[in-house]
Amino acid sequence: MANPRGSIVTNGTLHNTKTQHSKWQSTDCVKNGIPKEAQQNRKPRFFDKPIFESYPEPPLYVLVLTYMGFGIGTLFGYLRDFMRSWGIEKCNAATEREEQKDFVPLYRDFENFFKRNLYMRIRDSWNQTICSAPGPYFDIKEKVSDDYNWTFRHTGRVIKDVVNMGSYNYLGFAVKYDESMKTVKDALEKYGVGVASTRHEMGTLDKHKELEDLMAKFLNVEAVMTFGMGFATNSMNIPILVGKGCLILSDEFNHTSIILGARLSGATVRPFKHNNIQSLEKLLRESIINGQPRTGRAWKKILILVEGIYSMEGSIVNLPQIVALKKKYKAYLYMDEAHSIGVTGSKGQGVRDFFGLAPEDVDVYMGTFTKTFAASGGYIAGKKELVDYVRIHSHSATYGTSMSPVVAAQIIRSLKLIMKDDENFGGRQRIQQLTKNIKYFRKRLVEMGFIIYGDDYSPIIPVLLYMPAKLSAFARYLLKKKIGVVVVGFPATSLAEGRARFCLSSAHTREMLDEVLEVVDKLGDLLNVKYFPCKKSGRPALCHEKSFDNEASFEPEA
Amino acid sequence: MAMAAEQWVLVEMVQALYEAPAYHLILEGILILWIIRLVFSKTYKLQERSDLTAKEKEELIEEWQPEPLVPPVSKNHPALNYNIVSGPPTHNIVVNGKECVNFASFNFLGLLENPRVKAAALASLKKYGVGTCGPRGFYGTFDVHLDLEERLATFMRTEEAIIYSYGFSTIASAIPAYSKRGDIVFVDSAACFAIQKGLQASRSDIKLFKHNDVADLERLLKEQEIEDQKNPRKARVTRRFIIVEGLYMNTGTICPLPELVKLKYKYKARIFLEESLSFGVLGEHGRGVTEHYGINIDDIDLISANMENALASVGGFCCGRSFVVDHQRLSGQGYCFSASLPPLLAAAAIEALNIMEENPGIFAVLKKKCQHIHKSLQGISGLRVVGEPLSPALHLQLEESTGSREKDVQLLQEIIVHCMNEGIALTQARYLDKEEKCLPPPSIRVVVTVEQTEEELEKAASTIREAAQAVLL
Repeated sequence: MANPRGSIVTNGTLHNTKTQHSKWQSTDCVKNGIPKEAQQNRKPRFFDKPIFESYPEPPLYVLVLTYMGFGIGTLFGYLRDFMRSWGIEKCNAATEREEQKDFVPLYRDFENFFKRNLYMRIRDSWNQTICSAPGPYFDIKEKVSDDYNWTFRHTGRVIKDVVNMGSYNYLGFAVKYDESMKTVKDALEKYGVGVASTRHEMGTLDKHKELEDLMAKFLNVEAVMTFGMGFATNSMNIPILVGKGCLILSDEFNHTSIILGARLSGATVRPFKHNNIQSLEKLLRESIINGQPRTGRAWKKILILVEGIYSMEGSIVNLPQIVALKKKYKAYLYMDEAHSIGVTGSKGQGVRDFFGLAPEDVDVYMGTFTKTFAASGGYIAGKKELVDYVRIHSHSATYGTSMSPVVAAQIIRSLKLIMKDDENFGGRQRIQQLTKNIKYFRKRLVEMGFIIYGDDYSPIIPVLLYMPAKLSAFARYLLKKKIGVVVVGFPATSLAEGRARFCLSSAHTREMLDEVLEVVDKLGDLLNVKYFPCKKSGRPALCHEKSFDNEASFEPEA
Repeated sequence: MAMAAEQWVLVEMVQALYEAPAYHLILEGILILWIIRLVFSKTYKLQERSDLTAKEKEELIEEWQPEPLVPPVSKNHPALNYNIVSGPPTHNIVVNGKECVNFASFNFLGLLENPRVKAAALASLKKYGVGTCGPRGFYGTFDVHLDLEERLATFMRTEEAIIYSYGFSTIASAIPAYSKRGDIVFVDSAACFAIQKGLQASRSDIKLFKHNDVADLERLLKEQEIEDQKNPRKARVTRRFIIVEGLYMNTGTICPLPELVKLKYKYKARIFLEESLSFGVLGEHGRGVTEHYGINIDDIDLISANMENALASVGGFCCGRSFVVDHQRLSGQGYCFSASLPPLLAAAAIEALNIMEENPGIFAVLKKKCQHIHKSLQGISGLRVVGEPLSPALHLQLEESTGSREKDVQLLQEIIVHCMNEGIALTQARYLDKEEKCLPPPSIRVVVTVEQTEEELEKAASTIREAAQAVLL
C-alpha cells in the first residue's frame, strides 16, 4: 500500500473498494447488464455489501517479524547444513545410492533446503493419521517423533473424538456406515469396487449413467459427464477446450489442477488479480485489442477460469460481474465448483444458484465429488454439445479408468439427500444449518479480533497467523485440546500469509462451535494473533448482534 | 581534510572556467545540451501502431468474434455410443443388454468379483464411509493408506511406496516431480498417454527412441554425451531419465530391461518404469518386469503402476528408494493437491495383495492362458496379432490397412459387433487421434484373465476367426 494511487487497478483491498465501485459504475459496463440482471433476479444482496471480500492487513510489525522469522530460519538452515556437511550434526535425510553418487543429483540440494530446514521443524502439524470416518468428530492416531520430525512412529494410542474442523465435510455426508448407505453397500456387493476399463472401452456402467442423469437434473443443466478423479477432471479436460492460439485468463489463486490443465492446453495463460474485475477487464480489453503476441492475429477464443469458492482464501467468486464481462467481451467461462457445489445457494446448486443467475450464464461447470458429497471424482456439466464433445475428446474418458461404482452409488446417495427437501434433516435443512454455523463462527472470530479472510457465506474460514512458528503452535495446541484444524503456510500461500483454515460443516452443533471458539479465543491471546480488534473491523454490520440475527434466519427464496 | 581538498578543487575548476576561451565554452555548452536531448528523447519507436484511438479500440473489441467453445460433433461419432454395461464388469458381462464373456476389461486376476475383496471393502465402508474429504496433508491420511503403502513396499521389496488416488495421475505427476525444464528425457515412442502428459507437464527436452530399440536409444545417449562434452557446466546439472513401460499398453511388448539397466550405468541416466500392465502379471510372484528378468529392483529408480488392472481397485502407486519416492510427498501434484483415495478402495487393494501373495500359482495360470490365446489367434486371415505371448493384453491389427483410418476402425468395429453377437465382449483400443505423439494403428484389444476357461479361449479365437472371415473377405 505504499502507493495508493497506483493501486486502483491492481488492488482489491478494502481500502479502495469504494472508489472502485464508483469507478466501475461510471463506466459504460453498467449498461451492459449488471444492474439489470440483478434486478431481474431480485438478488440485490451483493450490491448491499461490497462484493470484494475484505483483506484486512495486519500491523506492519507482524509482517516485519514474519520476514525476520524466515530470515533467521534460513540462516540457521545454512548453519545446520554446514554442520551436517562436516559431520557435526547427524543428517537424517535419505541419501542417494552409493552406485549412483556420480549421477547428476536427482534434485538440486537447494530445492530441498526449505523442506529440510524449515518445513521439517513444523512437519508434525500435517499428515495426521485418521482412523475413523471423517465426520464431525474423528479419531487420530497419536504419533511422535524421536528425531525432530524426520521420522514418526505411532504410539498406539488413539486420540478419540477430536472435533473435526479440517475435513471438507460441508453437509455432513461423511459418516461411518448407517442405514442411508444401504444403496452403497448394495452397489459394492453387486459390482465390486473396480471397473478395470475406461469409459470409451468397457467401463461405462449403468451406474455411471444413472449418476450423470441425476446430476444433470440437480444442476439444472442439459448434460453431465463424470470422471474418476477431481484433480484429473481439471487437468485432463481443460486442454480439450482450448489450445494453441487461444487465451486463458486465470485467477491468480486458482487450484493447481486448473493451472496444470491450462499449462497442458498449450494456450497462452495470463493470470488476473484474485477476484478483481478491473484487472480482468483490463486484461480482456488489452488481449482482444492486441491479439496474439508477435503475430498480432486475433485470438481464437478466450476462456476465463475461476473457482466458485477459493479453497485458501475462502472467497466466493464475483460471478455476476464476471458473467457480465464475459458476455460483453464474448469470452467463455469455466467455473470450478469443487468447494461450492452442494454448499452455496439455497438448493445447493452452487455459486450460480447463490447469485440467482441463469444456468446458461456459465459455459462450463466443473466440480468434484470429494468434498460435499463425501466420495471422489469430478464432473463437467453444461450444454449437450459441450458434454458430447467432452465425451468424445476427454483424455480422462479415453485413458483413465472409470469411476468406481461404489463411489458412484455414494454420490447418488448424497445427491438424493441434498435434493430431498422436507425430510428429516434433508439437504435444504443441512444447507441452512451450515449457513447459520458459518455466520456464527465468522462473527465470533471477528469479535475476538482475529483477521479472517473470505466471504460471509463461505464455509472455509482462514484465520491469518502469518508467522510459521505460530502455525505449528496453533495446530499443536488445538490438537492437544482435541480440535483438528488445518494450518497452511508457504508454499501453498504467499510467504508471509500463513493461516489456519477452519472448514465448517452442517454436522457441527452450536456446542461444538462454542467449544472450539472458547479454545481458539484463549489460544489467540496466548499466541498474540488477534491482530485486528473488532472496532477497527472493516465489516461493522457483522458486529451488531441484531443485524446478525436477522441475517441468520435464512430465507429460502433469497 | 578531505573537505578542504574538495573545496580547493572546486575553486580551481571555477578558475579554469574563467580562463577558457569562449569558443570552447560554447562548444561544451552545445555538447551538454546534446547529451540532455539524447537522454530525454525516445531513441526509436518499436511499434508505430500502438497508439490506437479509443474508438478504434472499441471497434476492435466489437469486431472480434471467437470460435465456438466446442466445434459441433456428429451424433454418430463412435465414442458417443458407448458400450453400456449393466451390472458388474466381471467375467460374465452384460453389454448393451447382451450376455457375453468379458475379453475387454483389464481384470487379469479376476479379483473384481472376489468375495474376499468385497468383504474387505465392506468392512472398510462400515468403519470409514466412502470419501476422505481431504488431501493427504490436511486430515486425508487414513491408517489404511499407510497400511497399503507399507504393503506395497514390502510386496515390491522396495524401501517406500506412495499411493495416488487415480492411476492415470500417478506417472503423470511423478515425472514432473523430478524432471524439470532443461532436463532430458529419453522415452520410448510407444509410451502410453499418461507418460506423454507427464512429460508435457515437466517441460523437459524429450528424445523419442524407436520402440524397444536399444541401439537407437544408445545412439541418442551418445549424441547427448557429445553434446555434454561441449558444455560440461550445463551437463553437470542436466538430469537424464529413461522412461519406459514394463509391458507396453499400446503394443503388448516387454521392454528389454537388462540392456536398459546397462545403458543406465554407462550413461548415468535414471530409469523410470511404468508397470501398469505388468504389475501383478509378469514374474513368478507378480512383481512385474524386474522379477521377470531377475533384475535387482534397486537398479530401477522409480516404478509406477496403477491398481486398476490386476488389483481391480482404483488408484496408482509409485515405489522405489525413499530418497526418490519421498520427494513426491511434497512435489507430486496429483498426490499433494488431490483428495486421497477412498479408504474402501485402499482396503480392497490390500486384500487383493493378500490374495496375490497367498496364491503365487495364479501368475503361472495367467501366463499359460496368455500363451494359449496368443497361439490360437495366429493365422487369422486379414488380422495380425501384435504383442508377446506373455502379454495379457494383445492387439489384433488389420494385416492390410484400407488406407483410411476411419475405414479401418469401422471394419474392426464390425468384427467386434459380430463377436458380441456370439457372446464375446471385445473392444477396440481407443486413442485420441490428434493428441497421441505416435498414434498406434487401430486394433482390437483382447484381454486375457485367469477366469477364462480353455473352452472360452478357444471359442473366442474361433469367433474372431469367423468374424474376420465374414467381415474382411
